[in-house]
Amino acid sequence: MVEVKDIIKEENLVYTKSKILTDKVFHYCPGCSHGVVHKLIAEVIEEMDIQDKTIAISPVGCSVLAYNYLAVDWQEAAHGRAPALATAVSRLMPDKYVFAYQGDGDLASIGTAEIIHACNRGENIVIIFINNGIYGMTGGQMAPTTLEGMPTSTSPYGRDVKLAGHPLKITDLIAQLPGTEYVTRQAVHTPAAVRKCKKAILKAFQNVGKKNGTQFIEVVSTCNSGWKLSPVKANEWMVENMFPVYPLGDLKG
Amino acid sequence: MAEYRLMKGNEVIAEAAIRCGCDGYFGYPITPQSEIMETLMLRKPWEETGMVVLQAESEIAAINMVYGGASCGKKVMTSSSSPGISLKQEGITYIAGAELPCLIVNVVRGGPGLGTIQPAQSDYFQAVKGGGHGDYHLIVLAPASVQEMNDFVALGFELAFKYRNPAMILSDGVIGQMMEKVKLSEYKPRWTDEEIQKISGSWATTGKTPDRDYHVITSLDLDSAKQEIFNHKLIEKYKTMAEKEVRYETISCDDADYILVAYGSSSRICQKAVDLCREKGIKVGLLRPITLFPYPTKIIQEMAKRVKGFLSVEMSAGQMVEDVRLAVNGKVPVEHYGRLGGMIPTPNDVVKALEEKLINVK
Repeated sequence: MVEVKDIIKEENLVYTKSKILTDKVFHYCPGCSHGVVHKLIAEVIEEMDIQDKTIAISPVGCSVLAYNYLAVDWQEAAHGRAPALATAVSRLMPDKYVFAYQGDGDLASIGTAEIIHACNRGENIVIIFINNGIYGMTGGQMAPTTLEGMPTSTSPYGRDVKLAGHPLKITDLIAQLPGTEYVTRQAVHTPAAVRKCKKAILKAFQNVGKKNGTQFIEVVSTCNSGWKLSPVKANEWMVENMFPVYPLGDLKG
Repeated sequence: MAEYRLMKGNEVIAEAAIRCGCDGYFGYPITPQSEIMETLMLRKPWEETGMVVLQAESEIAAINMVYGGASCGKKVMTSSSSPGISLKQEGITYIAGAELPCLIVNVVRGGPGLGTIQPAQSDYFQAVKGGGHGDYHLIVLAPASVQEMNDFVALGFELAFKYRNPAMILSDGVIGQMMEKVKLSEYKPRWTDEEIQKISGSWATTGKTPDRDYHVITSLDLDSAKQEIFNHKLIEKYKTMAEKEVRYETISCDDADYILVAYGSSSRICQKAVDLCREKGIKVGLLRPITLFPYPTKIIQEMAKRVKGFLSVEMSAGQMVEDVRLAVNGKVPVEHYGRLGGMIPTPNDVVKALEEKLINVK
């Protein structure tokens, strides 16, 4: 009879939580993409062995408390301003790996000026952009990225583009800027997508060391609470509705 | 060998920043203070001391760059004028809430709104009472000469780091634009990484090393009980400042019957007004607050026991006068005299106001 303790051995280990992830329980809703993306960033930092060289900037939004989960030095920015903080950190400490983690309300609405200009200056930073088409933390209001016709608490009859404008494909704008080196759009809804997304994050962090410009990764994400769908249904809805507007793949680099 | 030069107040801010070992300046152009960034760009301190100078896309971005830099334990600053300082208030309250040291220079112009580009002192409330949301204060220094524009850059950083609190130089268009002889400071090198570790290593985000826990710079606490404890900590810090950091200058106050209270360029005008009064046989003195926060309340309380009245002279509709009244607490009359909208009072205007509002009152 094989005992459990006989199985728990170094040679049998197939998966372990990254040392960069803390033991704090995520406050994210079950099914939310944030947790997966956090894990991928943690793994990249661990694999590159850059914990002591990483400075992270968290936004205002659901990931405002991201600093509870990754054991690196963090600065918690005002809403939309993370790229400005990241700019200064990178300029003042050029040997550091600086990344800003932002949602779509933070990056594509209130922080439009900061993201465009940081990318245009080609700041030597990584931007992780979580796009779930909604304001999650404040309770599901319309975001700049909300799809046409999509109901939210501030567009209860669906987004009317005549009233509220069109979904903002800010990553397409970012890719036009000469200051950006690598611009990609990823997702984390399947194991294959997760692996691809991790590769993209790794590439972005590796590029930072080379100092050739800004690295920008959009992760098209689910907000099953805000969308009022189960985790499985939310993934299906994302593939069906979000991907046609925000198609996955590299836009640059 | 001391170095003397004839310089504009704004130019001196830039020169003093380089010489005091400032690590970074982040700004956005606005009249009447654009010479600060222009001087820095001409001087190219990144070649000399390694200081970073960056023109941001907005005042909002500039103050948030200061937030990022200050979080790393670096000596960082920004400058602007009134409308731009309003835009910076969000960043300033985050910096105060995260207890970070930095220097903000406000070369005040008339308002409200776009107002005028001429000098004013109408941002007193904004500077000393908080400015942004939440309970906080800045350390506020009020230079009255180009020399003090030089001296207060290093002093502002010193106090900011001593208390982990943002400091502001509250200047105005007169002091920023006028040229005077100035004795420049000696060069001090920028802090090394080791020095930053020694000074701010317990909190700065310099990269998590195995010997310490990771650092988080934030002004957020979702637990109200903890937030209240933090608010009390700030109050205690401000009390300590009030005990230890009050700075002021008195001129001819010992035998004075009346006290003019004025800071910055108004205090220069009032110096002449004191002379004119003395020639007329009126015993007038000048109290010049140098720190506007913490405010020289105690000396005003002392003076209120022996003088007949105070006249607060400001280029505003009457802002600092409220702090004078709070200190005097009804013991003697306190009046306000000011010009507005970029107009500057003359010494004779001040003498006339003193006579009308305090001396010849039936």
